[in-house]
Amino acid sequence: MNHNDIKQEVTGWLEQNWSTELSLLEWRNRLLEGGWAAPNWPVESLGRGYSVDETQVVNDVFRRLGIVFASQGGPRRLAAETILAHGNDEQKQRYLKQTLTGEHAWCQLFSEPGSGSDLAGSSTKAEKRDGRWIINGQKVWTTSAHHADYGILLARSDWDLPKHQGLSYFLIDMHQPGVEVRPLRQMNGHASFNEVFMTDAEVSFDDLLGGEGNGWAVAASTLSVERRGFAQARQSGISSVERVGRVYDEYEAELAIDNEPYTWYPQRQGRVDLVLDRAKKTGAIASASTRQEIAKLLSMKRASELAAEQAEATRRAGTNEIIPAGSIGKLAASVIARQAAHVHTLISGSDAMLSGEHSAESGMVAETLISVPAISIAGGTDEIQRNIISERVLGMPKEQRSDTGPFRDIKRNT
Amino acid sequence: MQKEFTSDQHQFRQSLARFMQAKSTPVDVRRQMLTEQGYDAEVWQQLCAELGVAGIHIPEQYGGFGFGQIELGIVMEEMGKNLFCGPFLASSVMASSALLHCASEAYKEQLLPDIAMGVSIVTLVLDSLDGPEDVGSLLHEDGGVLNGAAKIVLDAASADLMLVVASSSSGLGLFLVRANDTGVNVTSRESLDPTRKLSEVALINVSAQRVGDVDLGNLREIWRDCSVALAHEMVGGAQHLLTSTVEYTKLRVQFGRPIGSFQALKHRCADLLMEVEFARAATYHAARLLDVGNAAGLAAVNESEAEVYAPHMAKALAADTYCNVARAAVQLRGGIGFTWEDDTHLWFKRAKSSEVLLGGPDRHREWMMQLIEGEVS
Repeated sequence: MNHNDIKQEVTGWLEQNWSTELSLLEWRNRLLEGGWAAPNWPVESLGRGYSVDETQVVNDVFRRLGIVFASQGGPRRLAAETILAHGNDEQKQRYLKQTLTGEHAWCQLFSEPGSGSDLAGSSTKAEKRDGRWIINGQKVWTTSAHHADYGILLARSDWDLPKHQGLSYFLIDMHQPGVEVRPLRQMNGHASFNEVFMTDAEVSFDDLLGGEGNGWAVAASTLSVERRGFAQARQSGISSVERVGRVYDEYEAELAIDNEPYTWYPQRQGRVDLVLDRAKKTGAIASASTRQEIAKLLSMKRASELAAEQAEATRRAGTNEIIPAGSIGKLAASVIARQAAHVHTLISGSDAMLSGEHSAESGMVAETLISVPAISIAGGTDEIQRNIISERVLGMPKEQRSDTGPFRDIKRNT
Repeated sequence: MQKEFTSDQHQFRQSLARFMQAKSTPVDVRRQMLTEQGYDAEVWQQLCAELGVAGIHIPEQYGGFGFGQIELGIVMEEMGKNLFCGPFLASSVMASSALLHCASEAYKEQLLPDIAMGVSIVTLVLDSLDGPEDVGSLLHEDGGVLNGAAKIVLDAASADLMLVVASSSSGLGLFLVRANDTGVNVTSRESLDPTRKLSEVALINVSAQRVGDVDLGNLREIWRDCSVALAHEMVGGAQHLLTSTVEYTKLRVQFGRPIGSFQALKHRCADLLMEVEFARAATYHAARLLDVGNAAGLAAVNESEAEVYAPHMAKALAADTYCNVARAAVQLRGGIGFTWEDDTHLWFKRAKSSEVLLGGPDRHREWMMQLIEGEVS
């Protein structure tokens, strides 16, 4: 479709429908009725079948006018996109609307104490009993589980098949006696994640997503949505429109809950932004050895940005070559964060022994020093990233596997 | 600002790569490194005639092709991949940069066209290759006569002309000397990298023409141009070593499997790939910034994108990367990597030599910090 036509249509519709005095739910129901909640979704599934570029036109109008979007926060989007891709009509009917309105909150039940990097090694049990699925097992690193109404769950439904073939993917009601959520405290004191214990928890047959034994393929599509999300999050702009009115108040409240787990995320990246100012303020910039380490840090940071920009330019140019810069971004973030923590330590000297609001930058430096170790683990460890880079980009041979054959017989954590 | 190479630039690179693969094989490199001159004059002439590399970045008004630092970088990168032996860095890069930045119009018109054709080999005589601040203490001019010595000069043994930076009563100047003038003493020195020919140049009462004025400002500009060009050569060399090393690990079998299937090696190679990509991105960026600056007039590099430190960042990253990759290239080959027979040491030595030429990575990082502080305050 012509981009100007789209712009006109959405602008005209907003003139008729947008009001800051609506409740958040009223507004989002209007969005759904108008077909603007997820324009990139198919027409038969609440959307308009727009391409990425056409959707971008709509999003740009929304952003410019400061319009509140459909609910897209973290796990909600993962669930919605996965159900859209793999759900049957009845499942789409049951879950998609209330996920887009924000009425339903979701969490992602993938990682387990026994399977972290090796996600397909899940040993949460799903058994058919008395006309339903019965789930037993433990999940971990579950963001926002304590606010979630539903979870997307990866569990093992067949122990005699090879590891990747015995998994199934479920939609589980979090408000039931068999599900217990406990906050998981991290080494930096925050508790942004949870442990989820499932003891004879129940899932109806209707809530198996994508078919029995097809869990790995479905989970893979969730993970690809998650990776795309990392890339898109960086592009979102903030409108300068003044945000007053009921819909904004309720939206801010939703955001506060959604964003609460992430307050320390800038610190786990190393807070490179603070380095130069601190070095000047403290006088540490006079030290030749510290200057060297600062220059190394700033070089890595800038070079990683440039490599990402050039990868993007190459991708846009439409060549088919493998673009290594795309896959090294995650690894680069770890290296940069570690070097930043090192530099912050050099700048602080013995003050680095302190923490809390009376320490450097109101405690942000201390929090950085004890948050940086997360960056090289979360979302795929550095070691897994290096495997991926060496195998997929450099074409080096895969490690020999020792996890073939029936899952039951594979050595695993007990 | 341009982020991608144009299709013309891609084609130029491919033509160069073909030439290099045909004329600069390890066998060729090994043959040339044993000679005093260090390169095959016939191949050099062919390269200049067929691909016009010697004047690729020299403005058309001075007989060059009028392209910029990006094209110059492509030449250096492809030469670096194949360890091309020739006077390109000395004559086309360093000497012509000095002329472009410092020489009077008349001397540019007199000297640059022959450099651009590759028929005249000119080398830049600096009494320090460590940093612009150190230049001018060992070479002096008085009454049109030069005295003093430069301990390390690139390709002096094959140069027809020398451009000497020397101190004088009116500040630093750029002086023209003929290699066969009386009092010019060129002594070949043994170099760690035998593909890079180095000499000591001693000048005893040599009469010289002053071709232009030099100050710390334009000396720094020469340093930036040459550092960025050299960074391209290092990125090319690092890329060659990474590729050849990864290929080796796929073929070499120990413990019943290719050694490239061991994580210890895979992880090291993944880290090196990241380093090479960073050095490459920083280096290409620096060349593009220099072109923006040059298009706006040479002095405008400072204002172009508020990233005046980019050349130093590129040189430091490229130097560290090349040396890291070179160490790994020997290590991952094991014993064979330490033999004379294996070719890896040829690149290893070029890496070490390039690391310190025009200032080591620590000096470039220090300049980077000074420029960053200057911008912020």
